[in-house]
Formats: sequence, C-alpha cells, structure tokens
Amino acid sequence: MSHSVELAQIGMTFGTTRAVSDVSFKVEQGEFFSILGPSGCGKTTILRMIAGFIEPTEGRVLIGGRDMKGLGPNQRPTAMIFQSLALFPLMPVWENIAFGLEARGVGKAERRRKADELLRLIALEGYGDRMPGELSGGQRQRVAIARALAVEPGVLLLDEPLSALDLKLRQHMRAELRALQKRTGVTFIYITHDQSEALAMSDRVAVMSAGLLQQVATPRELYDNPATAFVARFVGETNAISGRISDVQDGRARIDTALGILSGRAGQGARAGQQGTIYIRPEALMPGDPVNALDARIERVDFEGAFALVHGRFADGAALAASVPSTRLADAPAPGAETRFGFAPEHAVVLGDA
Amino acid sequence: MSVADRIFRGLFVLYLAAFALYLFAPLIIMGAAAFNESRFPTVIPWQGTTTDWFGAMWADRAMWQSLWTSVLVALCVVVVVVPVGTAAALVLTSLHARARSFAYAVMVSPLLTPGVVIGISTLILWRQLGVGGGVFLIVLAQSTFIICYVMLMVMARLQRFDRTQEEAALGLGASRGMVFRRVTLPFLKPALLASGGLAVLQSIENYNTTLFVRGFETPLTVFIATKVRTGLTPAVNALALVIIVATVLGAIAYEIARRRQAARPRG
Amino acid sequence: MRDLYGRFGPWLSTVFLSLVFIWLAGMVLAPNLMMIDYALRPNLPPAAIGGPDDGYSLNNILYLAGEATHRAIFLKTIWASALVALVTFLVCYPIAFWMAQRATTGQLSVALLLIIIPFFINEVLRTLAWFIILAYRGPLNAVLTNLGLIDAPIRWQGDGGVLAAMVYAYILFMLLPIYNAIESLEKAQIEAARDLGASPWRIHTRVVIPHAKAGIATGFVFTFMLAAGSYVAPALLGSPGSRWFTEIIYNWFFEGGDWNRGAAYALVLLVLCLAVVLITLRIARVNLADVAK
Repeated sequence: MSHSVELAQIGMTFGTTRAVSDVSFKVEQGEFFSILGPSGCGKTTILRMIAGFIEPTEGRVLIGGRDMKGLGPNQRPTAMIFQSLALFPLMPVWENIAFGLEARGVGKAERRRKADELLRLIALEGYGDRMPGELSGGQRQRVAIARALAVEPGVLLLDEPLSALDLKLRQHMRAELRALQKRTGVTFIYITHDQSEALAMSDRVAVMSAGLLQQVATPRELYDNPATAFVARFVGETNAISGRISDVQDGRARIDTALGILSGRAGQGARAGQQGTIYIRPEALMPGDPVNALDARIERVDFEGAFALVHGRFADGAALAASVPSTRLADAPAPGAETRFGFAPEHAVVLGDA
Repeated sequence: MSVADRIFRGLFVLYLAAFALYLFAPLIIMGAAAFNESRFPTVIPWQGTTTDWFGAMWADRAMWQSLWTSVLVALCVVVVVVPVGTAAALVLTSLHARARSFAYAVMVSPLLTPGVVIGISTLILWRQLGVGGGVFLIVLAQSTFIICYVMLMVMARLQRFDRTQEEAALGLGASRGMVFRRVTLPFLKPALLASGGLAVLQSIENYNTTLFVRGFETPLTVFIATKVRTGLTPAVNALALVIIVATVLGAIAYEIARRRQAARPRG
Repeated sequence: MRDLYGRFGPWLSTVFLSLVFIWLAGMVLAPNLMMIDYALRPNLPPAAIGGPDDGYSLNNILYLAGEATHRAIFLKTIWASALVALVTFLVCYPIAFWMAQRATTGQLSVALLLIIIPFFINEVLRTLAWFIILAYRGPLNAVLTNLGLIDAPIRWQGDGGVLAAMVYAYILFMLLPIYNAIESLEKAQIEAARDLGASPWRIHTRVVIPHAKAGIATGFVFTFMLAAGSYVAPALLGSPGSRWFTEIIYNWFFEGGDWNRGAAYALVLLVLCLAVVLITLRIARVNLADVAK
C-alpha cells in the first residue's frame, strides 16, 4: 500500500479562532516533506489533523488515497514524534520502544527481540533496561524515533523533535534523520519553524503563515523563486525595495523605485502599472557591479572567512544586507563609506504587492 | 543583638516549648495512664506500675468486635472512594475553565459540610428507602466526603502529568483502555496508594458522621467514646496507646516510602 | 465533556461520569434534598403522612427561634466556634511565621513532623486525652495546686475544657494554610519593611498578614466549620451548662424521636456553615478553588 498523504481543502476552526483555512497539498510516498512557518501559523494543527488527534472542521485527509474521516489516531497508519518526545517515564526503554507492538498483541519475547533490533539501529544496544530518565537528550531523541518506527508506520509525523537539543547535536540529528528516512523509505512529514532545518533535510517544503498555505516547493525553488512576499522574507534573508512595476516582458520585470529603475525576474502578481516589490538575496548584491546600481552607506562589516556580511542603508534609508565573497572584499570599503552595489537581474524577483 | 531582641527571642523559645508541651503532654499522659494500677485512668496518684490493663483490653470481646467493624468499614470505604475520587479528578481535569470551577465548587462542598450533617442527611434519605443505620450507611456516609480527599490528591498528581504521553500511546495504536491501563494509571499509582492509606485513616478515626448512621454497630471511635461516658478504665488507655503507636509507625513508614519514591530518578 | 470522550473513549468516559454522577447525585445532592424535605414537614405518625396535616412549612425552623434554650445554645455555638477559630489563630500564627520565615530547614522538618503526628491520631482519642488531663482529680489540677496557683481543684469540664480540646484538635487546619501562605512571602519584603523603620507590629499587620490573608481565611473557615459541627468534644468534655448545638440535633434524632425537627436544626447548621464560608471568602477575596488544598 502506498502511503501518500493528501490534504483536500482542509480547514480548522477552534471556537471563533480560524487556525487553518483551505489548505491543500499532496505528499508523495517516501518523501521527506516539511511544513515551515512561525509559531501559531497552524502547522502543528495540520500535523495533529493528519495524526487524527483532531478532526478538521472542513475538507478531507487522505492517506494512501483512503479518507481518514472518523478514524482515531490508533487506527491510522501514522506514528508521531512529539516535541516533548512524550516517552513513558515509568517504562524501561525497551518497553517504550515495543509499546506499539504490545498494542498490536505481539508476544513478549517477540517484542523484546524487535526492541533490541531497533536499539541496534539507533546505536543504543544494551540500553533496553534503562529508564528514560537515565538517558541523555540525544539518546531519548533516538528512543522516541525507534518507538515510532517499531510499528512500521507508513507515515512518520515529527513535531519539531529537535528543538530541545543544543546546536551541535541538532545538526548531527538532522543528518541522522535524513539518512534514516532514506533507509526506511517511510514518508516523513516534519514540522519546524527553523528554515535552515527545513531547507537542509526536505525534498519539498510547505510554507505557512497565519493558517494559510503560502507555497509548496523544493528548497531550491523556495529560495530562488518565492511565490509570496511572506516566503521571500521568511525563507533566507532578503533586501526588499518597493516601487511601481513599469514593464513586464519575457519573464523580466522592471520596477521604478526611489533608488532608480531596477530589473529582475517577474514573479507572481507582477503586472505593469501595479505596485510591487523587488527582493534581492544578500549574496546577489555585489559591490561595484554596474547593473541595477544601488547606492548605500556601509555601517558594519562582519568578516566570516569565506565571505563577509555587510550591513548598511540604501540611499532612501532602507536596510541593506549583502554577503560578499572574501575574494571581492577589496571592493567593499570600510564602515562609513558610500558604495555602489549592483545585482544580476536573474538573481532577483519582482512580486506584485497584494 | 539588642537586649530587647534577646528578651524577645527568649520569650519565643518559651512559647515554642509551651506549644510542644500543649501538643504532646495530653498524648503522653494518656499513654502513661495505661500503666497505672489506678482504676480510673490518671497519672496522679501513681498507684503502682502494671501492664494488666493491656491484658484487660485484649480480653475485651466488645473491643474486638468494634475493631472488626471499623476495619471492615475502612476496607469498604477504600474500595468505594479510590475509584470514584480518581474518576472525579479525571473528569474535573478534562473540563473547560468555566464548567470546571463550578464543578470544582460542587465537588469540594462535602469538605465544607459539617460531618454531622452528612451523617444526618444520609440517614434520612435511606430511611425513606427502608434502609436503617449499619455498616452499609457508615460506608456510604463516610465515602461522601473522603472521596474529596482522594480527588484532591489525584488532581495534585495529575497536574504534573504530561498528557502528550496519552496521545503518544494512542498514536502508537493503543486502545483507550490500554492507554489508561498502561500510561495514565501507572503514573497515578503513588497518589492512589497514598489516598487509599489516607482513606483508611480518615474512616477509622471518623466519629461525627458515623455516630448518626451507625445503627446498632459500634465502630472503634463510638466504642471509646461510650467507654468514656459509661465506665472509663485504663484498658481504654491501653487501647489508645496501641492505636497511637500503630498510627505513628504507619505514618513514619509512609513518609519513608514517600521520600524513597521522591528520591528515585524521574523520566 | 467532549474533551473527556476524546481522551478516554466512550467506555471509560461513561464509567467515570457514572461514578461521579452516583456520588454527586446519590450521595451529595439527594440526601441534602431529602433532609430539606424532612425539615419542612411536620413530625407525624406514619398513618398521617400524606394526610391533611402533612404539608410544607417553616414551623420546625421557627421552633428553634422560639425555643429560648435552643436558641441560646445555637447562638452560643456560633460565637464559641468563632472564639475557637480566633484562639486557634492566635496560638498558630507565631508558630506558622517562625516555621515559614525563621526556622532552618532542619528545624522546619522536625517541626512539621511534630505537628503532624498528633493529627494522625483520632479525634476521639485526643479528646479522651483532655478528658484525663482535665479530670477533677486529674494532673492539671494537681500541678496547679502544687504550684500554689490555685487553692482548690477547678472543674474544668464545661466551656473551658471544650475550648482547650477544640483548639487542640484543629491546630493543623489553621497552621498549615497560614504556613503555606507566609512561606510564599519573600524574606526581602520583611527586611525592606524593617529597613524603612517599621516596628514588628507594623510589619505583621501591614506586610505579613495581608499577604497571608487567603491562608488565614482558609484556616478560619475550616476551624469554624469543624468546631460548629463537632460532637465529640462537647459530649465528652462539656457540662450540662455548656451544651453544643450538635448535641441538641443528636437528641432530636435518638432521644426526642422527632427527625423532622432534627433535620431542620441540621439544615440550619449547614446553612450557617456555608454562610460563614462564603462570607469569609468574600471578605478575604479568596477563591473557593484555593481553599481545599
């Protein structure tokens, strides 16, 4: 059976609060899919609707093409890993891992064997008889994953499971999760508010804001070609300059701003005569580049080795952030100086203002 | 330290000593009187030391009968109050804020009702149904308010419960029954044991409520109170001393068990 | 309710709700309603029940107002219970303050243990202990005579004995709430007040007591309710001149044979206690939810 997950126009209203409106997307079997958004954007609500902890007030959830309406969390082919992990503190590690098998009526000897096998998989062999309270954060994390995998779910739902770990461990666990997903072929749906986490691990990412779906795309697409202003600002850093779109042709748009006429790729809603904004990634801005020239005053230069982060103000007072390769650093003068930056049109996108 | 402070401090130490005397002198005198040969329990005059009163107490059939009644009642009370009190705590913690504070007020009201009123109202209701005072009504009347204690203790424990554990278990395919049996109940176990112990103590020591619904039964407290009025001998003190020692030992054992539990690493 | 079903499923939820319903409806509500019904009906021989003389009236309650002895005993029970609560408060406050603010951790755990031990012991036994101490030829009179403080033994049985035993019996109910309340007061506040030149009296009346208001109210409520509803202390330690309201109620049931009047008196006691609870909590602005802890 395939374990694709499809959301068809689902919505959720709690009392008078609209948590999720009209969200549709399809996650393919075996995909690592992330839902990215700031806290309160409705992403956890979506995950809980897929798991079956809450029923959507509108729309349908389909797993493997089957409508999940009326099926409780214990009847769906999903397993969830919680932000708090929710390990059972009074059961030894092996009973934690084998809990789902116990629920399915598997005999004790078989449960123990399976638990030991999974403990080997997560490199915690011999920890079966410890209590969860005796493990470190990373170990508990891995036990939670093993517990979810033990029931051989078609879909694994992960609710910011790495947020409690320190940076180093988090980066390590990212790689481990990604490898585990490739090895098991299970569909992963991963919730996070950390965009670098989503970009680094996922096949595709859905970005949400205020209960609305903003864009579903590959990480690369999301970064290079944001569909909405929210995505452009939330995913990665950006320089935003507003103006009136004067001309749209052959996928290019020209926009008339207080800093001059600039051109970039035409994105969603870019129509001539409309108000719009051009979004330029920091790494696209090059000092001394004559195309799309912008004057700015440098305020601070943070040297980071391979490149330097340059902070400043454009002539109209808007903030500037540029990431300049060290090799080009000679062109970017010291703080206080006036410098001209430019960017290639294919590295910027013009979106119509909503 | 100024002189005034010193005097104040001295006076306070005196006060503490007087308070300790107030707390313990009655118990010590009552216990000591059990060893006095005098026919009336007292420590003055001391007519000679004896342990005969323990023998007299031991030989008193009525005492054994009333002890049995009290133990039987206490066991029945535990069987009633632990499940009901737990259910009340679970229902209450599942309610939303508004309904919750109203339900809470209703559910703690038996604690604010005088014990005699609980006994009387139970007696009246069941007379109407043709049931007179006796073990059944004692259990019922005592349970009415002991349930509150169980509920409060279980609620206190539930406040430290991470409910995502229940969701995690459900998500792993467990039935609601299994979630309750394997996750919720084991977490509540310490509170259930403690409240069961408290319920036994509360039941055995109850007098005000029991008095009205006892019918022809004579539980231990009624037995002692009756003795005081109709022929008090140091045999009653002997009984009191045994009960005191047993309760204090029980309390200490409970406290040790609780501390050991608290010292264990938690998940 | 939906939350409960979602959490435990239909089966367990039904079991839980049924248990709670049986308790609240069958053990709390129904008995009280029946008591009110009894209180409002006349005491009739079985044959006359349902007959022309049967009907609701306030006669049983008004009887209490009209009967001079009963009325006096009722009023005395009220003020004596209030006195018990007040004396218990005065006895407990210094101890609670010391435990919460001054005692070291070691002293505190010893103190808590020493205070709790007597309360694991049956109220009847505690009263018996006072019965022995206060006996006419008992230890207290002997000590006082030997010290030359009194010439002849005093009959303690009566109001004094009842007061001593009740205060003794309810110390824990007053001490623990006050201790908990004062414990949450920052030491720095007291030091700040002292630093600003406040006298100890002012520190207590202006800083500590207002902070501990909820705990004090809780202690008062419980002590008053327990004292007013107590039977054992007045029965064992009282004298014919110091009868308690509960003793009259008992007599209606088991000696006077008029359950209807007994029910009416019990109802009055219940209403009195609830009124005291609600008024005290209102005055102290305490939520009922904070009381039962």
